[in-house]
Amino acid sequence: MSDAAGATEQTWEALLLAVAETGDRDAFSRLFVHFAPRVKSYLLRQGSSPSQAEDIAQETLALLWRKAGLFDPAKASASTWIFRIARNQMIDRIRRRQRPELDPNDPLLVPAAEPAPDHQASKQQDIAAVRSALAELPEKQREVIMLSFFEEDPHPAIAEKLQLPIGTVKSRIRLALARLDTLLDRNAHGES
Amino acid sequence: METHHHLPDDLLLAYAAGSLAEGWSLAVASHLTYCTSCRQRDAALEAIGTAALEGMPPEPMDAGAFEACMARAESAVAEQPLNVVAGSNTPAPLRRYLGCELDAVKWSPLGGGIRQYLIETGDETRARLLYIPPGEDVPQHTHQGLELTLVLAGSFADGDEEFHAGDIEVADETVDHTPVSGPNGPCICLAVTDAPLVFRRWLPRMIQRFAKI
Repeated sequence: MSDAAGATEQTWEALLLAVAETGDRDAFSRLFVHFAPRVKSYLLRQGSSPSQAEDIAQETLALLWRKAGLFDPAKASASTWIFRIARNQMIDRIRRRQRPELDPNDPLLVPAAEPAPDHQASKQQDIAAVRSALAELPEKQREVIMLSFFEEDPHPAIAEKLQLPIGTVKSRIRLALARLDTLLDRNAHGES
Repeated sequence: METHHHLPDDLLLAYAAGSLAEGWSLAVASHLTYCTSCRQRDAALEAIGTAALEGMPPEPMDAGAFEACMARAESAVAEQPLNVVAGSNTPAPLRRYLGCELDAVKWSPLGGGIRQYLIETGDETRARLLYIPPGEDVPQHTHQGLELTLVLAGSFADGDEEFHAGDIEVADETVDHTPVSGPNGPCICLAVTDAPLVFRRWLPRMIQRFAKI
């Protein structure tokens, strides 16, 4: 088992579908090798101990196996599906909080219109595109966005860490998100 | 049905990152049920979280971790979709807290025909359902913190703006308002605060003391 070099979002999706459809252990082991160490790293960054991070990372991947049948590639990418399971485990086990969630099968759910393939929304959910747009952000802007995903109470924590007033933190996050939208939009519409 | 009043990025980002407190999250998840544009924004923010996860420096797993994980995976049955309630008028995340449909809520009177139902959360946020008869003022109030109000049935107007089912109003301490319910049927909303409301008239203050608003 080695981490798949050159793996793309399509690779993860195909592997997760193989787990869902045939209980394919080899496909699952490739997902495990790539994602478990990253989930563990994410949990350590959220303040868990090494043994707890190991335990929750194993649990996250075990849940991925059990929930594989619910994965719908039309609704989310495979890696976002894994992010959600890891985040929800983090909230449940580390922060010991409830997270009310949307039910995708709720009859009350107002259905989304089908977006065109080149629509900005699909670009915004394309992980490779988001990663390269993040890499293009000025360091100070990327930093506040990343910290927003790692801190329990982000605004005060970032303010203290960067020695900035809370208002500056909030406006920097807003600017960073707007800049990210612009980059995704520009990258989606050429400048090839 | 299309919603016209949406959530700002800072709340959606906190929800996507997992740092939003329970009561706010209940209002956000319920609003997302109605609102395709906020759902799309939530997905875009989750994609940023996914990119952050993908970019983490890999932390080696313990020896035998895969076998241990496989054993856990196979020790429980695969998860099935949740049962759906056909014809429900209550967003699923809210129904899980109420344990029933909106029609079956056991209201407590607040005076003036206004009723409420308190929803237990595990943290500092305070969530409640409010039932306001048609054309009734919600007593004028300001907030010490944030207030999210999601319309579930009927409508209300606040100044020039109208809020219908699925719309969410975000108000903070700078807002001093007197929302009025619409003329067609009662307005039922989910209201979440993190600090007591500050009423401007003495009568609601009396009610407030008993009703734990």
